[in-house]
Amino acid sequence: MSVLQPLLDWLYSRLYNLPPVQWLISLGPRFHLAFIEGDRWKLYLQGLGATLEMTVVALCFGVILGLLVAVVRTAHDQQRPGRRKNFLLGVLNALCQIYTTVIRGTPMMVQLLIWTFVILPTVRNKILVGIAGLGINSGAYVAEIIRGGLMSVDVGQSEAGRSLGLNYIDTMRFIVIPQAFKNILPSMGNEFITLFKDTSLVQAIGGAELAYYASTIGGRTFDYMPPYIGIAVMYLVIVIALTWAQSKLERRLRQSDRR
Amino acid sequence: MIDVKNLSKSFGDHLVLDDISEHISPGEKVVVIGPSGSGKSTFLRCLNLLETPSAGTITFEKTVITDPKVKIDKVRQQMGMVFQHFNLFPNMTIRKNITLAPVRTGLMKQEEADALAAQLLQRVDLTDKADAYPNQLSGGQKQRIAIVRALAMKPKVMLFDEPTSALDPEMVGEVLDVMKELAQEGMTMVVVTHEMGFAREVGSRVLFMDGGHILEQNEPKEFFSNPQNDRTKLFLSKVL
Repeated sequence: MSVLQPLLDWLYSRLYNLPPVQWLISLGPRFHLAFIEGDRWKLYLQGLGATLEMTVVALCFGVILGLLVAVVRTAHDQQRPGRRKNFLLGVLNALCQIYTTVIRGTPMMVQLLIWTFVILPTVRNKILVGIAGLGINSGAYVAEIIRGGLMSVDVGQSEAGRSLGLNYIDTMRFIVIPQAFKNILPSMGNEFITLFKDTSLVQAIGGAELAYYASTIGGRTFDYMPPYIGIAVMYLVIVIALTWAQSKLERRLRQSDRR
Repeated sequence: MIDVKNLSKSFGDHLVLDDISEHISPGEKVVVIGPSGSGKSTFLRCLNLLETPSAGTITFEKTVITDPKVKIDKVRQQMGMVFQHFNLFPNMTIRKNITLAPVRTGLMKQEEADALAAQLLQRVDLTDKADAYPNQLSGGQKQRIAIVRALAMKPKVMLFDEPTSALDPEMVGEVLDVMKELAQEGMTMVVVTHEMGFAREVGSRVLFMDGGHILEQNEPKEFFSNPQNDRTKLFLSKVL
């Protein structure tokens, strides 16, 4: 024992001074500094709250907008051929097409910058600007998802409905939309997840959300690794939870198919 | 009952129906036969405006239904249609499939419709399927349901678009039986079909279509035993 002690001490000091081990040992204080010190975790929670709020409000906004656009686009496409086209519907359809093309054809980041510095330069609350940018962006994608879902329903279904004397609205409401819903739901889940992750871009325009607090704390403690890794884990955990909920919902819907 | 005048229909450059004039009287069972692509399904679908004619007029019970101002939903409520692929609504029970249209169009209340559905289901011997979903049914059962779904609207005329073409051979009979029964009750029927036996037995008139024209028509016995047109002879020699 006493003979080995110096050897052990030597080994221990060598190991202790190895860079990776040093690094590992430093993690404790570093994360402590980034999360615990000065109750900083409250800031993350505050940021997470803002992020979730932005996601939910922007999604609601996007769904309503997307629904309107999808209704205009499908109503326009389903006009009976041979008859005079509805002029107003034609104009609306053109507007909707421009909207989806522009939004889906430009980067989310660029859109946010335009919202902040060109369209709404006087709005101080950057979270609100973020909601506008994200919601309007999401609307374009939701519109295409819903339109695709409606088109995926066999045309024979609406023909059968109409042949029974049901009007267009009843046919959509009772026959087409319930069937489209099943096809729409998975893509809507994906859209929700994408939107949730895209909220981190709002940091760049000064919106006080999760990534914003992470970079602030990183700047104050001169250590960016713990806050950024920390929020990455937070995003990941929430996305995994959402994915799980989504697959569970899909499985339940599929079960009803095999009734 | 249905009067068709100079009906033409083209899809793009392709002329499917070429200047067809035809009259269907109450109680008639008109069977339309012909090779595929002859325009017979399009002709049938024009009768309730599932296809919009390119030219010509269709009059149903004194209403010119090709007039854009006509409320087509009201007209369709009086014309039942049965499709090749049944087109039952998979998201509803059989009962709901049958009662949806009568209730939503204000023809009857839910309770009346339910009673009617029960009565109709009994008629096609599918009472026990009222709460089933379409996916649980065989093709023949689906098509029988599709027929009573159309009948629930109490239509004045029934249009059948190849009702047995998507069925397994052993299920054709059960569907044809329902149609025969319907014919015996005096329903006005227009049937596009490849079932020559049905045409001969049930039809009061057979139309032979090819290339967008009605080439020949006659009452069934005469039509099958003594066809006049060369094209008809050729077609019948292949299918009989």
